[in-house]
Amino acid sequence: MRRSALDLGVGIFVIIGILALSWLSVKLGRVEFLGGHGYQVTADFPSVGGLKPGSTVEIAGVEIGRVESISLADYQARVHMWIRSDVKLQEDSIASIKTKGLIGEKYVRINPGGSDRLIPPNGRIREVEAPVDFEELLSKYIFGKV
Amino acid sequence: MNTEPSTAFLGPVESLGRASLDIVGSLGRFGLFLAQAVAWTFIPPFKFRQLLERVHFIGFRSLSIIILTGAFTGMVLGLQVFLTLVRFGSEAFLGPAVALSLIRELGPVLAALMVTGRAGSALTAEIGIMRITEQIDALTVMALNPVRYLIVPVIVAGFITFPLMTAIFDVVGIFGGYLVGVKLLGLSEGTYFGEMRTFVDMADIMTGFWKSLSFGVIVTWVCTYKGYYTGHGAEGVSRATTQAVVLSSVLILVWDYFLGSVLP
Repeated sequence: MRRSALDLGVGIFVIIGILALSWLSVKLGRVEFLGGHGYQVTADFPSVGGLKPGSTVEIAGVEIGRVESISLADYQARVHMWIRSDVKLQEDSIASIKTKGLIGEKYVRINPGGSDRLIPPNGRIREVEAPVDFEELLSKYIFGKV
Repeated sequence: MNTEPSTAFLGPVESLGRASLDIVGSLGRFGLFLAQAVAWTFIPPFKFRQLLERVHFIGFRSLSIIILTGAFTGMVLGLQVFLTLVRFGSEAFLGPAVALSLIRELGPVLAALMVTGRAGSALTAEIGIMRITEQIDALTVMALNPVRYLIVPVIVAGFITFPLMTAIFDVVGIFGGYLVGVKLLGLSEGTYFGEMRTFVDMADIMTGFWKSLSFGVIVTWVCTYKGYYTGHGAEGVSRATTQAVVLSSVLILVWDYFLGSVLP
């Protein structure tokens, strides 16, 4: 009896602890168990200005994937994105880097296109739009159009 | 005749030397103690039942205090951070502020400090009393290795329980902040958790995890060491217990700074 109460206590403690740990890593740390269902696409931007791995990819404000990694290819920033498998991207979709609010996080927004042809897994989004450079915009506003 | 003035002259130097040697000696004993414990961890047979009892003592019976302190830490963070952020009109960042400060700093440190006070002091007193009542010597006489039997289960239990308790502390604290921020101060629920998701990375969670693992070893190491080499009599045990709690707490805060500056 004494022994089983001890085992029960340890069991309860370990279960609660592991539940808490997994809640943290799955809900907040975005660890995907079993890889998740999705595919990869890439896009080359002239500049990523503040985009980071883990930033969201959105269509119409709805999260459809994440930025996996960013590398340099041919002096351009190549962004590898992971997209949910139930979202299909048309070949003429436009990827742009936007900012949430005035000083918020950077994220990738995709404007869906009208083409019948879809981007295959590991394909590339050709149409891109660079992020707005706020400093440049501000200086243009202050010092007039140069 | 000739030695009289020289001892008077060399007395302070001598005592300085003795003090230094004492410090170096106790530091060496302190390190060797952990080395011994680590070595005996990997030499079978392993005292599984002892480990279970220690996990029960350090972990399960600290659950209530962890949940209580976690909830109030999260609630007070939610309140204070909200009052600061609302001045800049950026109360949307309450979620990430609460979650990041809990996961990176407050969770590991406060959980470790609470457990030091609750379980660490008791461990030192228990082992210290076993030492002064010669039970540890009795174990040796019976050819039972006291390190394997007493120390190793405690340190392994600290290694297992501290990360779990820290995770519980974090989660309870985040929901405490949710209670104050969302239910009391009227922030929207989606903002609280949504912003948290975008700002908290796996790297932050791993930082907290490594911290709590090392705190688990530090607390159990210091507390068992102080008990194992306790002084004489009841006074010795009481001094050892005080020293164990103070040294553990100081080491937690110092080590937290070092890990915080090294880890991403």
